[in-house]
Amino acid sequence: MHIVVCIKQVPDSAQIRVHPVTNTIMRQGVPTIINPYDLFALEAALELRDQFGGEVTVLTMGPPSAEDSLRKALTFGADRAVLLTDRFFAGADTLATTYALATAIRKISTEFGAPDIVFTGKQTIDGDTAQVGPGIAKRLGLLQLTYVARISALDLQARTIDAERRSEGGVQMLRTRLPCLVTMLEATNQIRRGAMADALRAARAPIVKWSAQEAGVEDISKCGLRGSPTIVKRVFAPAARSEKAALIEVGEQPAEALIDAIFKRQPALETELAALARGY
Amino acid sequence: MSTAPKTAAPAAGRAATKKELPEHFKAYKHVWVFIEQERGQVHPVSWELMGAGRKLADKLKVDLAAVVIGPEGEATQSAAAESFCYGADLVYMVADDLLADYRNESYTKALTDVVNTYKPEILLLGATTLGRDLAGSVATTLLTGLTADCTELDVDADGSLAATRPTFGGSLLCTIYTLNYRPQMATVRPRVMPMPERLTRPVGRIVSHPLSLVEDDIVTKVLSFLPDRDSAKSNLAYADVVVAGGLGLGSPENFQLVRQLATVIGAEYGCSRPLVQKGWVTSDRQIGQTGKTIRPKLYIAAGISGAIQHRVGVEGADLIVAINTDRNAPIFDFAHMGIVTDAIRLLPALTAAFQARLSPHSRDRIAS
Ligand SMILES: Cc1cc2nc3c(=O)[nH]c(=O)nc-3n(C[C@H](O)[C@H](O)[C@H](O)COP(=O)(O)OP(=O)(O)OC[C@H]3O[C@@H](n4cnc5c(N)ncnc54)[C@H](O)[C@@H]3O)c2cc1C
Ligand SMILES: Cc1cc2nc3c(=O)[nH]c(=O)nc-3n(C[C@H](O)[C@H](O)[C@H](O)COP(=O)(O)OP(=O)(O)OC[C@H]3O[C@@H](n4cnc5c(N)ncnc54)[C@H](O)[C@@H]3O)c2cc1C
Repeated sequence: MHIVVCIKQVPDSAQIRVHPVTNTIMRQGVPTIINPYDLFALEAALELRDQFGGEVTVLTMGPPSAEDSLRKALTFGADRAVLLTDRFFAGADTLATTYALATAIRKISTEFGAPDIVFTGKQTIDGDTAQVGPGIAKRLGLLQLTYVARISALDLQARTIDAERRSEGGVQMLRTRLPCLVTMLEATNQIRRGAMADALRAARAPIVKWSAQEAGVEDISKCGLRGSPTIVKRVFAPAARSEKAALIEVGEQPAEALIDAIFKRQPALETELAALARGY
Repeated sequence: MSTAPKTAAPAAGRAATKKELPEHFKAYKHVWVFIEQERGQVHPVSWELMGAGRKLADKLKVDLAAVVIGPEGEATQSAAAESFCYGADLVYMVADDLLADYRNESYTKALTDVVNTYKPEILLLGATTLGRDLAGSVATTLLTGLTADCTELDVDADGSLAATRPTFGGSLLCTIYTLNYRPQMATVRPRVMPMPERLTRPVGRIVSHPLSLVEDDIVTKVLSFLPDRDSAKSNLAYADVVVAGGLGLGSPENFQLVRQLATVIGAEYGCSRPLVQKGWVTSDRQIGQTGKTIRPKLYIAAGISGAIQHRVGVEGADLIVAINTDRNAPIFDFAHMGIVTDAIRLLPALTAAFQARLSPHSRDRIAS
């Protein structure tokens, strides 16, 4: 079988610093990582490949430096990496992103075989919209399974897949047909430690690099900033509350002083808390 | 949009991209809210969105419509009737037994058909697992913009939807527009908007729309549904009192102090994101942009710095009390009340003092 896993290179959120004066994000020197949610998708794909045979292709759209994330994915055992990079892709919102990624997946189909499953993460840690998976599915006419906690069965003959999908009030057990798109839930598996052989291979493996034109983009106006219906118009710091927090003196009995201050400000809370506390 | 803004000033280059709205979009009018109904229950986020939608509609001087999609029968009818009590001027309804379970294919078809037929200018959905699954498919089908997880919705002087959401990593917010496409779509997470008052109102105009599908058209089948056990569900988002801890507590053992205080005052407990990442607390307890949004009457935050991603999840609280050793911590910019002290020492004292205060006899009861 052939599985495509979409990964995004993101700044490591733990390392992000905000400039104290200008309030802007200081990106210089911030290390990049594979979006952590995408590792669950990658591991799920690798497990299916190990069980059913076939190949895993990782795909990312990003700047040339996103090659680092693709190589990292190869060290985990992905078979092939495709980098979609072009200045025309810059500034894409999710609609323009899915146009580019869906176009590239079509090209992957003709070059390397049609995928049975396309995996994405649940969401990214930077844009954090969770819109790209459903968008790719719609553009490629794939059935979609989002928030998947477990793939419980896969039948390559009958072309069916069973999955447990997390919904608001429980778990839906769904069966659908291949090919499909799966967005994998976090904490559903643990990315493997890549084999030494994979690490050696990853360092030298050729990365497939496509510009918009090479990927088969027909309408460049659907890419990047131009192809994005959403527009970021204003970026601003949240207004501080006009009154600063009233600070309680730390005296002899700070706990009592704090409780007095809380009940003084919201007298109704005292009876409500007493009622809530009795519930336990 | 993935490029970082250089300054906090308006991004002039992009603001200038506004063109005249294409002619065929001018017919798009009115504000719609998708009413999320699963297994006979309307998700409260839908009513919260009706409150926000009402304000937008009033400002634009247009109607507010609720879109109710579900199986034929009682539950869907009552969801429609309730929509009027939460401010709908009319309801669009797609009722068909094929819609008994949420499935992406059938719901996407139902919602896009109604949008294409009746043409709203604004369409709001809850940012739940259902809403996010559906909104992404619908926006892509309609080839329009979709702004995720908004914390504020407003309309501009020229009538465009101004959807505000936090930006990555920094203490910044951004306002996003969908200027030249319709409908303008946005999702909002549960509890971000206040629950509007429910008024008893008669059922108004209901416009029924058919689902032009038969079961054979829908590939995906629901084999079964396992509802969560009630005990497994935390009621964090809808709790009246919440106590939370952050990295300042230093260890998972110290986090128990938060749980003990919560138990004594009948509160739900929560945490900041790093504690989930460290595995100290389960992810259903995370508060903030990528966790739960809360609107309790009282929120006590211990050892939490107050990063923007945390702040947006708690700002709806009536009373925010911060306990932090650093008097310059950003949390004091939005907390109502604070105390600059060591939370590891204050929390047990607070637990004991609350216990004594709320129920003089509870000490004996818990001890026994
Ligand atoms: C602060 C901020 C706010 C934004 N808000 C919006 C908004 O409200 N609406 C909007 O339309 N756009 C928005 N964007 C733009 C959006 O982030 C980009 O379009 C981005 O390319 C993809 O969206 P995402 O990061 O939200 O991905 P998500 O939809 O959260 O990602 C889901 C999955 O899709 C895959 N994926 C995502 N991006 C790529 C990629 N480049 N290459 C390969 N696979 C990928 C990954 O598997 C990922 O786990 C925002 C960007 C920023 C920085
Ligand atoms: C995309 C994205 C999404 C995010 N989503 C969320 C989210 O949903 N929720 C969330 O919370 N965060 C989120 N974050 C992380 C957020 O940016 C902050 O990193 C995080 O909230 C900080 O957690 P904290 O306040 O516990 O830790 P810190 O920022 O390290 O703060 C610890 C605080 O404890 C104080 N302290 C230290 N010792 C003591 C003591 N003994 N007693 C009292 N106070 C003490 C310190 O002065 C400090 O203010 C997100 C980040 C990103 C990039």
